[in-house]
Amino acid sequence: MEITTRSLWTLIHGMGFGALYLLACSGAIVELYRRYCSHNPAHPTHRDETFLRVYLVAMAALAWLAVITGSYLIYPWYRAKPPAGATDLSAFPRSLLLSSPHTSAWHTMGMEWKEYIAWIAPIAITMAAVVVLQYGRRLKDHPPLRNTILCFVWASLLAAGIAGFFGAMLNKNAPVEGGGTIHLVQGEAK
Amino acid sequence: MNTTAEATTSFPNGPGAAAVLAAGIGSFALGLFAVLADKIPSIKSWMNFSNLTGPLSGVTTMALIVWLAAWTVLHARWRGREVRFAPVSRIALALLALGILLTFPPIADLF
Repeated sequence: MEITTRSLWTLIHGMGFGALYLLACSGAIVELYRRYCSHNPAHPTHRDETFLRVYLVAMAALAWLAVITGSYLIYPWYRAKPPAGATDLSAFPRSLLLSSPHTSAWHTMGMEWKEYIAWIAPIAITMAAVVVLQYGRRLKDHPPLRNTILCFVWASLLAAGIAGFFGAMLNKNAPVEGGGTIHLVQGEAK
Repeated sequence: MNTTAEATTSFPNGPGAAAVLAAGIGSFALGLFAVLADKIPSIKSWMNFSNLTGPLSGVTTMALIVWLAAWTVLHARWRGREVRFAPVSRIALALLALGILLTFPPIADLF
């Protein structure tokens, strides 16, 4: 069982940072809605406040790590141009997708949407994290502000979901492979 | 737009409003720059900050600069103040929605 270094980085980007961010989004939405809604008579405790602060800062870190590794590490491997006359395009995912009308839209629609919309997520969640750091429990006193932040967190979930979906499908149709090989487990020949 | 109002809470909503509106502006800038880089060759070439990543590097860097600059300016203006939040929120969410729509290739292709 082995994996290439590019494949490993794609896994870290998608499954490590991206998928974890998507999972965390639902928790942030529930927490912001439940603890800080104005008709909840219980005031958030200091512990609730600290928890949400740490949670949102961690989410912001995940979002930035996901877009930075995606844009500056994996995307250059994805868009690398094959040498003239190359017939095996398996190491050049963008060119491989564009070489067939059955797969070209994965690039023209999927990657071209994903590469930009993904950046909405760190902008939105960083804003939410900073506002929660500033306001803490006092956010309960500002229902319109809390509702607007919730909308931004929903938007970040949408953006990350679209990016995640297309990332998974692109990697299924034209995986980013190459670099060194890491041997994980030595199998037995049968 | 007169956004100044009487303070109604112990902590003013100005800093929050500044953060929200700046995030809307940053999201819109991202969508706008993506369309401009796709449609205008000179902008596409200028946005090519890194040959490895291509125009994506310039589009995202410029959007982040616009976002952080807007946040800095708005925060300086609204810090310690209570602002009328409803119009700020509506504008921020409209800009966010426009930013998301402009990144969608079929919509970007309309221009």
